[in-house]
Amino acid sequence: MISVEHYLTVAALLFVIGIFGIFLNRKNVIVILMSIELMLLAVNINFVAFSTHLNDLAGQVFTLFILTVAAAEAAIGLAILVCFFRVRGTIAVEDINVMKG
Amino acid sequence: MISTDINIVLPEITLAVFSMAALMIAVYGGKDRLAGLMFWATSGTMGLLGLWLAFLEPGSASAFNGSFINDGYARFAKVVILFGAAAMLLLSQDYLEKNKLLKFEFPILIALATLGMMLMVSAGDLMALYMGLELQSLALYVVASFRRDSIRSTEAGLKYFVLGALSSGLLLYGASLVYGFSGTTNFAGISETINDGDLGLGMLFGLVFLSVGMAFKVSAAPFHMWTPDVYEGSPTPVTGFFATAPKVAAACLFGRVVHDAFGAAVSDWQQIIAFLSFVSMFLGAIAAIGQTNIKRLMAYSSIAHMGFALLGLSSGTQEGVQALLIYMAIYVTMNIGVFAFILNMERDGQPVTDIRSLGLYSRVEPLRAAALAALMFSLAGIPPLVGFFGKLYVLKAAINAGMSWLAISAVIASVIGAFYYLRIIYFMYFGNEVDKMTGKMPILHKIALYGATLIMLIGSINLFGIESVAADAAASLFK
Repeated sequence: MISVEHYLTVAALLFVIGIFGIFLNRKNVIVILMSIELMLLAVNINFVAFSTHLNDLAGQVFTLFILTVAAAEAAIGLAILVCFFRVRGTIAVEDINVMKG
Repeated sequence: MISTDINIVLPEITLAVFSMAALMIAVYGGKDRLAGLMFWATSGTMGLLGLWLAFLEPGSASAFNGSFINDGYARFAKVVILFGAAAMLLLSQDYLEKNKLLKFEFPILIALATLGMMLMVSAGDLMALYMGLELQSLALYVVASFRRDSIRSTEAGLKYFVLGALSSGLLLYGASLVYGFSGTTNFAGISETINDGDLGLGMLFGLVFLSVGMAFKVSAAPFHMWTPDVYEGSPTPVTGFFATAPKVAAACLFGRVVHDAFGAAVSDWQQIIAFLSFVSMFLGAIAAIGQTNIKRLMAYSSIAHMGFALLGLSSGTQEGVQALLIYMAIYVTMNIGVFAFILNMERDGQPVTDIRSLGLYSRVEPLRAAALAALMFSLAGIPPLVGFFGKLYVLKAAINAGMSWLAISAVIASVIGAFYYLRIIYFMYFGNEVDKMTGKMPILHKIALYGATLIMLIGSINLFGIESVAADAAASLFK
């Protein structure tokens, strides 16, 4: 029998993979965008699992909002990335270093 | 039923309809030729909305099943946000025109970001919180990279986007845990499920993740790493905007969440916020010492100031919330003045950001230098000026809540921080002579700079009555 804890474990694992994807990745900004997406989807699993467990629809409504916002966020992120690529000529993570920090 | 709800959110709907109509008119009716008009129309609308909210009859009302709250606290924050945003928008027009960035999208993006902030401070539900926060952030990512042909600006936008999205993810994870363990997304419902201040492990984790997400947005250390780069890379008017309205919105949202949703578990979040506040104050004060770029310096200054604002919040009392509100209002006024000055730092039409180029500025423009000196004294919190009273209120709140150790470290941090404000004054009055800056100051910028200075000088008499207004606003959070 699969219980809500199993879903939460999967979501937590995916979320942590997403965070590590942002911080350990040294290659490409696209990977960062994918990691962000992964984090948001992990949260969605959490919400849906809780929603069925609690028998309450609010969680699923929240999920729909998150999906929509995530799409808009990815669009804006890619747009900024395209602008960056035009002036810098690369999207390697180690080249995002004009300003120290 | 629905009409009463809509009446409550009418100011927000007005701004939303305005920005969409403005977008349509500009796209189909002349594009950037209308940009100048759009700047005035947008800041005019935001100013009028601010006045409207300021004179709205007092009282609390909630709409859409409690997901939107219009109380004194929200109104106070909204008035500060709207006036701050309108002022920064008017100041930015001249700079953008000079740097060939005068596009009609700019005021519309600012209007949408402001709308997001208004929704944030009124949020009564995790869903409303998230939507408001994202509306604000998405618009701000774009304005940060507004100078599309500059590496610095696009890099600033990219960094802001990645870290902003990460913080939204953390905040959402916290929201999902809070929802799962309390069974509701409504703040009032969440606080009802907390028994005798005992959160339970799941809710505690949720609270920690939520706080981390919001600490990112207020740029509190140790989640401040985006701030210096984004402040340095963005076009100066955008930096000025970042330093004013979004900070107020994020800080007031923080106050709203911890009091409305977790008001029954003060001791749990008190430690988190006290830690954030302590680290921010010291990091902001110490890291700013080595900076020579004035925009980077203002970034660290804003980290330190957010530390002080959170100090008020960490006391967990009504007095603390009042101190937070007063502090934010004063902070915004000071920053508008300072950025009116920074926007005009230029030599032969090129913007200058090195603080050493202020060398002996007092001989070039004595009046302007004196005004900046007064604002710097105020930012440092030197007594006769208003900036001191902001710090006084937060310190009083912290001491009355029995957090003397934090108040004492705040005073120490403020003394360390005074060094870099005084260094700017030192450069202006006793520094080495350099090529003088030539910028002519437009009349609006003069009004902002001297107006802010005057407020700092004469406001110490009675703070323009803001104390009692903020007290009423704070009381509405503790009904």
